[in-house]
Parts: sequence; C-alpha cells; structure tokens
Amino acid sequence: MATEVTRQRIPPTDEIPIVAPGQSLKTVTEKIADIVLRLKTPLSWFFGFTVGFLLLQGLLVAIMMLLFKGIGVWGVNMPVGWGFDIINFVWWIGIGHAGTLISAILFLFRQQWRMSINRAAEAMTLFAVACALLYPFFHTGRPWLALYWLLPYPNAMGMWPQFRSPLIWDVFAVSTYGTVSALFWFTGLIPDLATLRDRATKRVPKFIYGVLSFGWRGSAIHWRRYEIAYMLLAGLSTPLVLSVHTVVSFDFAVSLLPGWHATIFPPYFVAGAIFSGFAMVLTLLIPLRAIYGLQSYITARHLDVMAKVMLATGWIVFYGYLMEAFVAWYSGVQYERFVIWNRMTGPYWWAFWALILCNGLVPQLLWIRKVRYTPVILFAISIVVNIGMWLERYVIIVTSLHRDFLPSSWGMYSGTMWDWSFYLGTIGLFLTLFYLFIRVLPMISIFEMRTLVPGGQAKAHSE
Amino acid sequence: MDQTMRPAGPYGLLAEFKDADALLAAATRAYGDGYRQIDAFTPFPVHGLAEAMGHTDKRVQWTVLVGGLVGMLAGFGLCYWTSVIDYPLNIGGRPLNSWPAFIVPTFETTILFAAISAVASVIVYNGLPQPYHPVFNVARFRERASQDGFFFAVEAADPKFDLAATRQYLHGLGAIEVNDVAH
Repeated sequence: MATEVTRQRIPPTDEIPIVAPGQSLKTVTEKIADIVLRLKTPLSWFFGFTVGFLLLQGLLVAIMMLLFKGIGVWGVNMPVGWGFDIINFVWWIGIGHAGTLISAILFLFRQQWRMSINRAAEAMTLFAVACALLYPFFHTGRPWLALYWLLPYPNAMGMWPQFRSPLIWDVFAVSTYGTVSALFWFTGLIPDLATLRDRATKRVPKFIYGVLSFGWRGSAIHWRRYEIAYMLLAGLSTPLVLSVHTVVSFDFAVSLLPGWHATIFPPYFVAGAIFSGFAMVLTLLIPLRAIYGLQSYITARHLDVMAKVMLATGWIVFYGYLMEAFVAWYSGVQYERFVIWNRMTGPYWWAFWALILCNGLVPQLLWIRKVRYTPVILFAISIVVNIGMWLERYVIIVTSLHRDFLPSSWGMYSGTMWDWSFYLGTIGLFLTLFYLFIRVLPMISIFEMRTLVPGGQAKAHSE
Repeated sequence: MDQTMRPAGPYGLLAEFKDADALLAAATRAYGDGYRQIDAFTPFPVHGLAEAMGHTDKRVQWTVLVGGLVGMLAGFGLCYWTSVIDYPLNIGGRPLNSWPAFIVPTFETTILFAAISAVASVIVYNGLPQPYHPVFNVARFRERASQDGFFFAVEAADPKFDLAATRQYLHGLGAIEVNDVAH
C-alpha cells in the first residue's frame, strides 16, 4: 500500500502535462506578456541585475587594464601560452549549444516540451556567444592591430587569413553561429512582439514593440511562409551547432600536442557542450520559474527531461575521459602516456580529480527519480556541472601545455587577478543581458504555448 | 498620402470566428465559392489554412536553396582566391588548392547565407515591415487578433465582393461578428 502511494506522488514522465491543465489562449497570453508589461518588477530582479551589473564593471576595468598594459597582466607564459582566454571562450561557447539544441534539434524531432523553454534558452545562447566572442577579440592584446588575420578584408599589407588554420575556421564557425542564433531568436520573437504591441497600454512601449514586430498581423499567408522558414532555419542550425564545437575542438585536435591530438575530441566536445548548456539552462530556469510563478509552463516534466539529457551527455563526456586515458596507454607513445599520468598525479591533480567528481560522479545522482523532481537539488547539481565543465577545459589546456617534450621548458600556470576579473566580468555581462531580456521581452514563446492549450489547434490537423 | 489613388468605399469586410476550426472551415468554403482576395488572421499558425486559400508557392524554399548555393560558392571562392591566386604560400611544396582544409569555411558560409535568405524571404515576400494595414482599423482586431481572436477578411478588390451580399455570406459561414474595414 505504501509503495502504491509513493508511486502516485510522481506520475510517469509522459503523463505529466507540458502545460498544467486549466490554461487557455487567453491565460497563457496574459500570464507571459504581463510579466513584461504589467507585473511589478520583483525585488529579486533588481538584486540579480545589480550583481550582474557590478561584475560587468569589473569586466570594463579588466579590459582597460589589458588594453593599457598588454596581455602581460594575464597569467599566460611560456610554455602555457593559452590560459583563461581560451578556457573561458570554450566554456561560454559550449553553454550556448543547449539553446540551439532545444530550439532547433528538438523542433525537428517534434518535442513539444521545448516550447516552454526555447525562448529563454536561445537568449542564453546569444548572450553566451557574446561573452565568448570577447575572448578571441581581446586575447590579441591589441585587437585593432590584429583583425587582419581574424577576418578576411583587403588590407594595406596585401595579406589574407590562413584558411588552412583551425583558428580561422573557428572565427567563421563562431561568427556564423552567433549570427544565425540571433536571426533564429528574432524570427521567433516577431509574433510575440506583435502581441506585446497590442497589449501595451503606454505609448512608448507600444511604439517600440510595434516597430520591432514589423507590423505582424498574424495573416495565414504570412504564417505559412514563417513556418517554412522556421523549419528551414532549424534544419540549418542543426548541422551548424554540431559543427561549431567540432571546429572548436579542432583548435586542439589538429595540433600535434599530446593531450590535444585526439580524434575523439569533436564528438566529446559537442556532448560536453550540450551537457554544460543544459546545466546552465537549469541554473537559469529553476530560479526563474519560482520567482515568476511559471510552474504551470515549466513543469516537473521539463526539469525531468533536461536532467535526463544531462545524464546522457554526461556519460558521453565521461566516456571521452576514459577513452583519452585508454588511447594514451594503448598508443604506447611515451609522451601521450606521460601527459595523462601527469594530469592525474602531477601538480594539477586536484583539478583533474575535481573534474571527475563534478562531471563524472555527482551527475550520477540524476539516476534517482526523486532528485530529478526536486528543483533545489537539481539546481545544485547544475552548478556543480557548470564548474566541472570549466575545470574540464582548464585541465585539457593547462595540463597539456605546462609539461611538454623537454623537461627544461616545463612551467606552471595560474590565472592572475585580471584573468579572474575578466572571467567574472563576462558572467556579469551575461547576467546583465539576461536580466534585461526577462524584463523587456517575453521569456516564453507565447504563440507556441498557444498551440499547447485547448483551442490551440484546428481539429482537422490534430486528428 | 494621395487619397485619389484609393478606390472608393471600404477596404473590405472582416469577420470574426469562434475558433480555429470554424475559421478553417469558413476559409475553405469561401475559396471554394470563388473568393480570391481573402486572408485569415490567427494568433498562432494553423496548419492548412493558407493552403485552403490556395497559397502553395515554394518561393521561400527556392530562395533558401539559392542562398545556400551562393554562400557555398562565395565561401569556397574566398578560400581559393586568397590561398591560390592572390596570396599563394608555398609550404613544403604542398598543393595550393588544399580543398579539404577549405571545407569548414565553405560549410559555414553556406549555412550563413541560407539562414539569412530564410529570414529575408519571410520578411520580403510577406511585405514586411508594414507599419500600416487597414485591418488594424477594426478595434476588435487590435484587441484580439494577436491574442485569442480568429479573423477572416474579404477585400473589396475581390471580383465577387459586394458589401451587402458578402456580409450576408460571411454570416452564413458562421461568423460571430462582421465589421467594415475602412481604408
């Protein structure tokens, strides 16, 4: 009898509705749009925004310091020529991947639960890419002198970028990714901006939403082209998102450095990106749904499904760690073996084992159903995974570089105060942008939510 | 604006329907009965509604295909022209046209151009941005169309349009309310 009761408390995932019962076209529209237009901004919004904004000021100081003094203020040295700049670049880009996965890949697979979270996840992608892009731009120290090898433009020296280099592939991949994500996000927003325009009562917001909505009027002829284009964008974004972290992994895998030169890097980087991205989606959405009372739209089912995606991708990543070690041993190459052994037992042993703890062991809690349905624990795990994925990049980059082929050139690396303030500053930029987003734009796609409530489909279609 | 260019009389009639099903049925009937200058307005995409009114063009798809192909040629062309023609670097006698290395930029520009074409084609073919449209003159439309209202418009430009007869016809289709749409 007792087991009967516990079983009833948490119904099977498929039986939990994506949208709680009792919602209608009117209620979803009002609830989501009025967070922007009518609701008194919650105090926690001001708190979060202030934290983000203060950290952002640290970024500005760090950038000024960097431009004034050069990259000597950072901890990079010989032999560790790549430090926080690339670690954080890869971390941020990886986080972005979940947004595209949710908006594009799950769209193609007709996963309706994505509709509650795709808007916020795509916003997260955009802001994460914005943070990531700061690093390739500023790591040159003198960005205004270094653009000619980043972007192909005719210059006085008659030089062009080296198109055989993974670094230039990376510039193309990430800039395309940023542009396409922005287009996808804005396209999804147009019908909702029209809703905000029609619901706004004050002149200025009405005008701004009116301009941004392009005069959208919900014509069936427009909707048809809109849906075709949205589908095509999803189809285009899917290979794009897989390509981006693949290309990022090429930055390492195409080099000849033991610890980087591995064919497993592309799939394992892509899985890691999705793993970290879903962790960040949970980090953002769990507090949001509580603060804004969105439990009817972001239900237990969403949390459960996202936790499962994390568990699955976490295992792919963990398999990657195992394979790296196995291949290093199996290759018989003394340098490969040394790099892995040095990772586990050398001066950075703590980073490696903390990484295994964060990404390998802690996510195993997600096997437990109760954990997946308890937002507080899920939130804590998501933070641990965010840290773990940062450590992963730290371990891959620093431990592979700091002891190379010649012991005479060995060295150590640690981030300086300016490295840290730059990094915390990008978190500030991310938070600032995200808080502005939830204040001025609908954080859930209203028109897609309408299709999930009664009256949101023509019967001829749904049958 | 030059008012003399406008035809006399209203822009057309705007009927409101109960839900998506009623609207879809009405649009199908009206198209079958020979109305051509018609449009339906819904707060979310209703599948088959535009098709029921005879809209099946594939311009968006073709534009995206052409955009993607142009992007592909542009990307590969950029790599080829810079690496082989304008700035050849002889590195250990390896071929200048090292095409496998050019695949990544080519792939990215293909996606970029195709995606821009997709968004541009929605905006351009739909005639957006369009800050003014006569249907917004109906108060009911402004209040409900982008939230939970289902509307159907017959333009005066339609050869079968007749103010009284078409109004009667729309009521016959089950409209809750029929309004004149001023220009």
